Amino acid sequence: MSMNKQQQYVLSTVEERGIRFIRLWFTDILGSLKSFAITPAELEVALTEGMQFDGSSIDGFSRDQESDMLAMPDPTTFQILPWRTGGDVARMFCDIVRPDGTSFAGDPRVVLRRNLERAHELGYSFYVGPEVEYFYFRDSSPQPEVLDQGGYFDLTPLDVAQEYRRETIMALERLSIPVESSHHEVSPSQHELDLRHTDALNMADNLVTTRLAVKEVAMEHGIYATFMPKPLEGHDGSGLHLHLSLFRNDENAFYDAAEDDHLSPLAYQFMAGLIRHAPEITAITNQWVNSYKRLVEGFDAPVYASWGRRDQSAVVRVPTPKKGKASSTRVEYRAPDPACNPYLAFSVILSAGLAGIENGYEIPDPTDVATERVHLPTTLADALDAMQRSALVKDALGDHVFEWFLRNKRREWDRYQQHVSRFELENYLPVL
Amino acid sequence: MLLPIYPPDPTPNLVDAAVEAGYQPVPVAGVDDVIERAPESGWAPALVEARPDLGTAVAIAQKIADEAQLPVLLVIDRSMTDDIAAEGGITDFILTPLDRTELRVRLARLGKAPNGTSATEVLSFRDLELNLATYQATVAGVPSDLTYMEYELLRFFVENPARVWSREQLLAKVWGYDYFGGSRTVDVHVRRLRAKLGEERSSWITTVRSVGYRFG
Repeated sequence: MSMNKQQQYVLSTVEERGIRFIRLWFTDILGSLKSFAITPAELEVALTEGMQFDGSSIDGFSRDQESDMLAMPDPTTFQILPWRTGGDVARMFCDIVRPDGTSFAGDPRVVLRRNLERAHELGYSFYVGPEVEYFYFRDSSPQPEVLDQGGYFDLTPLDVAQEYRRETIMALERLSIPVESSHHEVSPSQHELDLRHTDALNMADNLVTTRLAVKEVAMEHGIYATFMPKPLEGHDGSGLHLHLSLFRNDENAFYDAAEDDHLSPLAYQFMAGLIRHAPEITAITNQWVNSYKRLVEGFDAPVYASWGRRDQSAVVRVPTPKKGKASSTRVEYRAPDPACNPYLAFSVILSAGLAGIENGYEIPDPTDVATERVHLPTTLADALDAMQRSALVKDALGDHVFEWFLRNKRREWDRYQQHVSRFELENYLPVL
Repeated sequence: MLLPIYPPDPTPNLVDAAVEAGYQPVPVAGVDDVIERAPESGWAPALVEARPDLGTAVAIAQKIADEAQLPVLLVIDRSMTDDIAAEGGITDFILTPLDRTELRVRLARLGKAPNGTSATEVLSFRDLELNLATYQATVAGVPSDLTYMEYELLRFFVENPARVWSREQLLAKVWGYDYFGGSRTVDVHVRRLRAKLGEERSSWITTVRSVGYRFG
């Protein structure tokens, strides 16, 4: 099979730069990064024919008869890794295909591609700009110890971690992930990185890479970084607010100069889709038992499937538009947390928004005037119930991922239900 | 040596001239033919006639240069000379009525450059160097970690400095027509290139408000 220019570029760079290992990356259904390394000698075959691996050991990949899988590297994602390795290790993201060459339905990247193609058929490209929040702790022990008692936007000497943030940003820029800004967040030892918006597939790759980069840099400094949604009781959890926009050719389809708030009717339909389907997609955007400890009132996290301009409890927020900045017009979806699988989260979010456009949903009243507000699911079990009833989510994820996810998460919930918590022991044991 | 010639019904006089210059012309219907029917020993440069019209011919020539990586000699009428001034991807051109010696010399000169890269294999701009044969970029002698599309965009800028390119033009010329991300892709890549070139060089690419970008 002949090589295209992108593949030649990869081969040439590996040779010229003395790359010794190429890591092939993909994620499982829950969004954990999986990787296996090949040497330059195997690269040409990997690029043209794919690399075979045993899928049966990957969560959600195995069905006994189809354990052999092929990882097809995407040469556009070739990057030399900037940490530790001395610059001789590179990575490429892969799409997973079965030995007969068909896409593997359990590959989250394939799922997102399918949803983006659907948007593309309607004439839209989907852009995402995330705010990634996370904590630094001394280590990963179950008694998290913070590095500082700093707060929102605090600068030195409280913000001891700004050096780690700076190094992380430099690593991300070298990985072609531009960072717009970064700052200390509200909670002690909590930080935020705002990534510059880009198309959704690229951004999902970027988020998976960012999680690794943050953890790698932390590890180099002997500390631990976590994207756990709510590690500290009584403090804000970590969210992944997503700034969303649809572009039609060069035009931001959410922008309309004629409207007072510069938001097009299409933007309102997209928001209406998000709001109506928010409860169904929450299991995907907030996939852990712990995710729901964040989605509570009083901690700057959304609790209602509603929208507003300033209301922190609404799941959709319309950022105040900058004058004359058509391209930055966007809506913010506030439910997701950074421990989600971004490929699947973007898939269901896009599906919900497009449903609003295709069916011409009416936008409900904003939160401050609305009399009735629908609550987001308050536990993983509630969220799974809502998801299980959703034709939209099933369609967006495909049967394989939909069914495996529900099975896996029901088991997680059952395990959690059997756990006797510190809360119960402290409150019940002395008095009951 | 086999020489791809477009369109599939080439002008007999041009075919004769190519044969006389020592080539075996093979009529092709497009770039796919050029790629699929490539001989083991490789093609001679491609000949593309401006038929049925110049626009079609230029598009085919650019595809052949880009996807089959062949130098392309475009055969045009004298009246078209101005129209191709701004078109990339055409390695050289020759005017009709044909001078057979000129055709032979031009084909021979194009044939000497390997892989379709021009004789100068290193492009440079101040302390930036792009090696076209190895796809490597260095800034002040230090290798730069560019993705393929970042490299291609930078190469286009260095090859076409000092004029403003709209996002659509950059998309068409650098990404081709099979891009997926929409034209915001250009902004994303410019932003990344600026970061990788470093702060003091990021101003090499200037944003021209509501028009596009200019390099140099």
